[in-house]
Amino acid sequence: MSIDWIGVADVVAAICMLLGAFLAFAAGIGIVRFPDLLARMHAATKPQVLGLVLMLVGVGLRVHVWSVVGMLVLVVVFQLLTAPVAAHMVGRAGFRTGKVVHDDLVVDDLTADQEAALAEEDESEAAQEDRPPSDASG
Amino acid sequence: MTVVFVITIALLTVAAGCAIYRAERGPSMLDRTVALDVFTTTIVGAIALEAAYSRRATTIPILVVMSLVAFVGSVTVARFAAVEREEEGRIELPPALGDVDGDEQVAADADAVERAEGGER
Repeated sequence: MSIDWIGVADVVAAICMLLGAFLAFAAGIGIVRFPDLLARMHAATKPQVLGLVLMLVGVGLRVHVWSVVGMLVLVVVFQLLTAPVAAHMVGRAGFRTGKVVHDDLVVDDLTADQEAALAEEDESEAAQEDRPPSDASG
Repeated sequence: MTVVFVITIALLTVAAGCAIYRAERGPSMLDRTVALDVFTTTIVGAIALEAAYSRRATTIPILVVMSLVAFVGSVTVARFAAVEREEEGRIELPPALGDVDGDEQVAADADAVERAEGGER
């Protein structure tokens, strides 16, 4: 009684490919239906890491070559390194150009920090104005 | 097995279509960036699907290149979207700085000068 390991690997690969494609599908639906930038970014991250990993596991299980597995691991490592950076930059640019609806945010630390920094700046400016002019020029 | 691949191709096609729809509609440049990110990921998935279906390894290096190109593309757009034109998206500051009329006047003047220069060309 011997188990057909290639058949088992094919079935697991098929399941992985289906799940990965479903995550990509969910991202597509989410990116059309969600109302604003941050919600769309949330939807877009689904296939970027988990979906991609699932699909590449599927490829690895179908193609039984070690060099291929090495390249697939490389793709996953690149994606894990670059996806957070890209998402951070998109979110930062969106926040600074006013594409974030502040009323929808549950936690909004950045605005609080900005206001605190502004208050601090105002205080230091006021303190400088109080000093005599000879002191300010020095 | 073929049924699984047909279903997967259908899901990926719908995802790519949705991403292109959002890239065409998307009110801001950043929405388009996110949509094109999803599109690139879908393309990577499609290439991976092809490799898995035919059990060939020739298309795998494309995946490496695609994942890098997607990163460079989205970061570049995010970088330049921060300096979009005044009307489309200006740097948002807390209200305390927003009521400084002088800055806005200077910005409007610079914009007018830019437009005049653009017209002369």
